[in-house]
Amino acid sequence: MVVQAQTRWQRARVVELADVADGVRRIVVEPEYPEHAAPGTHIDVETGNGTRRVRSYSVVRSEGRGRRLTLSVQLSPTSRGGSAAMHRLRVGDELTVTGPLQSFPLAVGATRYVLVAGGIGVTALVAMASALRRRGADYELVLVGRSRAVMAYLDDLVAEHGDRVRVHVDDEGTSLAVDDLVAGIAQAPASAATELYMCGPIGLMDAIARSWDEHDLPTTNLRFETFGSSGRHPAEEFLVRLPQLDREITVAPDTSILDALEAAGVDTLSECRKGECGLCLAKVVGATGTIDHRDVFLSESQKEHSNSLCLCVSRAVAAGSGPNQHAVISLHLT
Amino acid sequence: MTLTSPPPAETAPPPTAAAKIFNYPRNAWYVAAWDHEVTGKRPLARTIAGVPLALWRNSEGRAVALADACWHRLAPLSKGKILGDELQCPYHGLRYNATGRCTGMPAQETINPSAVVPSYPVVERYRYVWVWVGDPDLADPTTVPDMYQMDDPAWAGDGETIHADCNYQLVLDNLMDLTHEEFVHSSSIGQEELSEAEFDVTHEGNTVTVTRWMRDITPPPFWLKNMRDKFPGFEGKVDRWQIITFEAPSTIRIDVGVAKAGTGAPEGDRSQGVNGYVMNTITPETDRTCHYFWAFMRNYCLNSQTITTQLRQGVRGVFGEDEDMLRAQQRAIEANPEHEFYSLNIDAGGMWVRQILERMLAAEGRPSSAPALGQGV
Ligand code: FES
Ligand code: FES
Ligand SMILES: [Fe+2]
Repeated sequence: MVVQAQTRWQRARVVELADVADGVRRIVVEPEYPEHAAPGTHIDVETGNGTRRVRSYSVVRSEGRGRRLTLSVQLSPTSRGGSAAMHRLRVGDELTVTGPLQSFPLAVGATRYVLVAGGIGVTALVAMASALRRRGADYELVLVGRSRAVMAYLDDLVAEHGDRVRVHVDDEGTSLAVDDLVAGIAQAPASAATELYMCGPIGLMDAIARSWDEHDLPTTNLRFETFGSSGRHPAEEFLVRLPQLDREITVAPDTSILDALEAAGVDTLSECRKGECGLCLAKVVGATGTIDHRDVFLSESQKEHSNSLCLCVSRAVAAGSGPNQHAVISLHLT
Repeated sequence: MTLTSPPPAETAPPPTAAAKIFNYPRNAWYVAAWDHEVTGKRPLARTIAGVPLALWRNSEGRAVALADACWHRLAPLSKGKILGDELQCPYHGLRYNATGRCTGMPAQETINPSAVVPSYPVVERYRYVWVWVGDPDLADPTTVPDMYQMDDPAWAGDGETIHADCNYQLVLDNLMDLTHEEFVHSSSIGQEELSEAEFDVTHEGNTVTVTRWMRDITPPPFWLKNMRDKFPGFEGKVDRWQIITFEAPSTIRIDVGVAKAGTGAPEGDRSQGVNGYVMNTITPETDRTCHYFWAFMRNYCLNSQTITTQLRQGVRGVFGEDEDMLRAQQRAIEANPEHEFYSLNIDAGGMWVRQILERMLAAEGRPSSAPALGQGV
């Protein structure tokens, strides 16, 4: 349950390869320092020769306390590095990887669990479904895909979970009706104690989240992986003014306000540094351009009013398009 | 010792030395409480296998085990309030649901998604609330040890909990070898024939069974009374049995009884006797303390509360004698750290138990000896 944040880079050897669906390859690796990968964990893999490009892949299966980890990679047609490189791997090749990282933990104690997998998102849910079966939990596995041929692990999952699996295939005319699914959960007896875990295309996840809200289901029961929110706008350089201190500080695209303030020797408070705790909150006293909040501490309406922001993740973008026109926000620090 | 002999290589105990402070497996179901102790009114604080828990029931009546430390500043949730389906921290009011997720934070419009306390798998069975504090993905409810007599209509009785000041394995040793009855329980169930009678030890998978029959003996006071409950005015000799069955990690059921001598009980006809089951399940609390849940179940005079009460009181007296012995034993172990355990023939049952526990610990990658006092894990 504890979200791990620490791991070490290590070598991992490819020991098995197999195609498990059109364009999806199963890759089994043996890491140098085995560590059991709980359901919901992923490992980061360095792809692209020596460039520090990192891709995250869910651990589909962990055997022998992490001695063998199964990943599955979908070849993206436009891939220049990541998935194409992973598909070029041969048995015996070595990769640079992290140990298992947990950002999608499976809770204990919900009365009912619904897992919704769209496309390759199934990789994050295979181990969860097995864990729920072993625990004797009440669960349902909803598999969504364009066609059976591209749905990885479909047969294995049906064999393992029997009639707990519901399959929705677009080209068979059985597409998932998101609202029916969520309405069904809302009407069932244990609705307030049902957790839904989802992984899949952003469109599917957005639709589920909207429906979840409309049916007044508890927000905390909707679970999905947060690999760090990416914001509404691409990161760009902007300026922060601190009238209190009579200073102006530039925030580069690859740094945060918090980092920039710290580097400039300004005293700040912070803890999570990922927009959750609200400890770094600052008052916004003026802004040109748009604030891209990127935190989960402020509510939607608080973000609309933009009276405050989280120094650790929030940014600003210029309103117009003119070159060298940087956004400027004036902040009052606590 | 002579100066010419080479110094002993390392002072590690010989390979046969038995661990004195025995580690407990974590990947196992342990009884945390009797069902009635866990309520929707106020949480119960109890440490199970080293993990402090807050146990409570939600509005559906489902038992929940959360870590007894708030995510925020670690205040004990067991001192908090149950509000329907949520447990509220007594300090700053954070609320948690049955999965341990925070569902309410004071003074802010959102909830930090990282605010979670561990929730542990719970199963209610045999009048007990069982919890699993190890890897939750291995918590298979079908592996709860069998204690079916606790809620089978053919059996009646009840029991109590002893908070024992000793390592849990000392209690297992105590129950796996009942020759101690002759010395510890001489006034109630002890008799000379116990240490004279032959016994059989068998083991299979996660279980160990010790069987002992004493034929044609005079019933000790406890058993004479029970015989007279069923056969008023009974006099004479009996055949007495004790069949001890251990199921890992720490449940021991003892099939006990006496029947009129020579009426065929050893061959399977127990109709001329009385039969009880001493139900024991021992939950490690810390390395040096445990919760010892026991009950005495019988299959005769089912509707008599008098007999239920008399048996409970009788067994309480007997187990009180064990409790004193176990506490004294634990103290002597602590006071004599250089001394080892040595075994007798009568320890065969207990030694098989150790072997099973060692196997479970090895599978978790842990040694069989708990760390010495003052040393961290
Ligand atoms: S440091 Fe936690 S929200 Fe910024
Ligand atoms: S310690 Fe629990 S709310 Fe603060
Ligand atoms: Fe005893």
